[in-house]
Amino acid sequence: MKQIILQPVTRIEGHAKVTIQLDDQGNVADTRVNVVELRGFEKFCVGRPVEELPRIVPRICGVCPWAHHLASSKACDAVFGVEIPPVAKKLRELAYMGHFIHSHVLHFFVLSGPDFVMGPGADYTVRNVIGIAQKVPDIARQVLRTRFLGQMMTQILGGKAIHPDVSVPGGWSKPVTKEEVVKLKEMAKECLDFATFAMNFAKKDIFPQYLEVVKSYAPISTGFLGMVQDGALNLYDGNLRMMTADGKYEDFPGERYMDHIAEHVEPWTYLKFPYLKKAGGFSMALDKPVGIYRTNSLARINVVDRIPTPQAQAELEEFRKNFGRPAQLTLLYHWARLIELLYAAERAVELLADPGITDPNTRKAVTPRAARGVGVVEAPRGTLIHDYETDEKGLVKDVNIIVGTTHNNAAINMSVKKAAQDVIKNGKYDQGLLNLVEMAIRAYDPCLSCATHELDGRIPVRVNIVNHAGEIVANLVD
Amino acid sequence: MVRVASEWLATCGGCEITILDIGEPLLDLLPKLQFVHMPVIMDHKYYGQTGEMEFNIPEADVGLISGSIRNEENAKVAQEMRKKCKTLVAVGSCANFGGIPALANMFTLQDMLDTVYRKTRTTVPADNPSMDITPLGDRVYSVSEVVKVDLGLPGCPTTPELIAQAIVALLEGKPFSLVERSVCDDCPTRREKKAVSSLKRPLDRVEFAPGQKYEDVRCFMEQGYLCLGPATRTGCGGTDKVPRCIRAYTSCRGCFGPIRAGANPMVDMMGALSSVGLDPRQIEDRMATFNRFVGVVGRLRPVAVR
Ligand code: SF4
Ligand code: SF4
Ligand code: SF4
Repeated sequence: MKQIILQPVTRIEGHAKVTIQLDDQGNVADTRVNVVELRGFEKFCVGRPVEELPRIVPRICGVCPWAHHLASSKACDAVFGVEIPPVAKKLRELAYMGHFIHSHVLHFFVLSGPDFVMGPGADYTVRNVIGIAQKVPDIARQVLRTRFLGQMMTQILGGKAIHPDVSVPGGWSKPVTKEEVVKLKEMAKECLDFATFAMNFAKKDIFPQYLEVVKSYAPISTGFLGMVQDGALNLYDGNLRMMTADGKYEDFPGERYMDHIAEHVEPWTYLKFPYLKKAGGFSMALDKPVGIYRTNSLARINVVDRIPTPQAQAELEEFRKNFGRPAQLTLLYHWARLIELLYAAERAVELLADPGITDPNTRKAVTPRAARGVGVVEAPRGTLIHDYETDEKGLVKDVNIIVGTTHNNAAINMSVKKAAQDVIKNGKYDQGLLNLVEMAIRAYDPCLSCATHELDGRIPVRVNIVNHAGEIVANLVD
Repeated sequence: MVRVASEWLATCGGCEITILDIGEPLLDLLPKLQFVHMPVIMDHKYYGQTGEMEFNIPEADVGLISGSIRNEENAKVAQEMRKKCKTLVAVGSCANFGGIPALANMFTLQDMLDTVYRKTRTTVPADNPSMDITPLGDRVYSVSEVVKVDLGLPGCPTTPELIAQAIVALLEGKPFSLVERSVCDDCPTRREKKAVSSLKRPLDRVEFAPGQKYEDVRCFMEQGYLCLGPATRTGCGGTDKVPRCIRAYTSCRGCFGPIRAGANPMVDMMGALSSVGLDPRQIEDRMATFNRFVGVVGRLRPVAVR
């Protein structure tokens, strides 16, 4: 028995390692994606005044802080029992589109892009964004600029792009001015131009090269979860739709998530495994998975009946014609992500054209009470659920959070196993082939932030935590 | 050419995104920098590309570390970075003072694990995971508690400006230091130094007219909203100086940490509140509020469950 350990998994957000076990013939016996993802937010948010949570929980992830900020604000709205003013809803969604632009551009071009632009087997020293900057400098400049524009849009709207505090229980803390709207419109338009370019560029220069790989690579078959509003794509608001692998689906409001989702624990990863309760169990067997569903871009593209903006809708139709519904191929996550990038830019332009966007009445006062509230949004990485319960002073008693990546935990493990089985044969492997295994992880754009990885499990270790004066302040025994 | 290594420990990634947010100046800096290790954007692995080597991070002139120390792997990586980097920079409040994750220091590790694997609503209760994964430490430590740090850039996240200024100073071999002033010193709001009757939670909006100049808006604390500006180091506003949360008409929560090394925000805030006639005991959840980003070095400890 031989083990290959890939550590750290790179060009993803956060920390993980992959353990691949080979049998005596050198074929893959088993694989695991080990995640030391223990934030403990569910514990240390308890006791805090609930209105502080939208300012604390964004620190779960600096790449998608807006998703946590908004899910948390929505959970607080529900706890306080307040219906927020219409303009607050629009401003939240507008900022969220800026955020999606940053996040999707970052993932497609900076994190995953090097595999496609430089080739999956390219030497690891150039297979990164700096390599891209040298190979296609103009595109690289535009990529960095568009991502930055997305961030700046959120900064204009909220004062702060990372870990914002502008969305508050009851609405939004400050209105947007007419001058700001003029600036934002220009920025959104430039993002839309880039999104259009990116889609065409990928369809012409990237996907065709890898279409064969895409069609045969690590196939698995699962259900999908995403948010819809009247059947259409919506990232900020709507009902949840759970679709099974055969394309049948059921819609339910976010606050009923517990009827549909439970979480399973495995001993080899801190990350839990959500699964579809109604399936009657949990199994990651490749030939007969039970309870497994996926979230994130491909899931959303699969569950929606339509996309309410014209360019993205046209792309959805073309995508469906090529790959059907639900499309199962893992690498199609990238394609779906670019459709969503278009949607986010189109939707930002649309919201900015609404004259009501400068309405100054952005916030309602709230009063603490004992209650429970659930807030759900579609994070860039999948359905994000925040569930809070408070006492009569509005102090937090209980918290449950299920993040986008966690829903994909089982599917990521299955995809890695399938990819490893496909590329490692008779003990032969190299960095390029192992990178193909990592690509199965990157497709999901996982965010394992706050997580770290492990020491080689075969060596017992003892680590003394020593301060800089050389005194042992703690020791840890493996 | 300056060799740069970058690592993130128990982190959210926000400090890394801040590096990208340097924007255009980053492209100008790039030719002078050679990144030798940065897992977020580069494929260099600790154990070699196919897992064939001993644990290893390449030598570098400058090391950037974000995140706090939550488990033994974090400590090991921090120690390796210290060994391999000539100048070690702790980026962000997690690395410097524990940051938000250090709120966990108010609870025992066992209590936290019990909550996550046995008590949350959707979880089918199970034993704590323990195979093939790093054990967690007894509490959250800052990087500076574990290894010697040459420079600390505070903030959650820190600012693109501070990172860029620090890198430029290091490139030119010039000293770099932070100002010892408070967020209030850079806050443009109007202060009347009159006593405030009672302290409010931020459940209602601060009084301001849309589009009104900050100079004409009354200090939020004088409006009765708790603001940690008096006890927090300034710098978050970057070039335009207006503190980031103030721009959104919300109060400061202290993410830049103490005004000077070793200062205690809790003590400073008690003083600031008394000076406007407020009783700090009115504040719900005082301990966690005043220490929201600085929960290491014994500032936050588990308390007996009531
Ligand atoms: S200091 Fe803040 S932004 Fe930086 S890693 Fe920590 S939580 Fe994230
Ligand atoms: S207390 Fe807050 S609002 Fe008042 S001056 Fe200081 S930072 Fe500004
Ligand atoms: S105002 Fe305070 S909490 Fe807000 S960013 Fe600045 S230092 Fe951090």
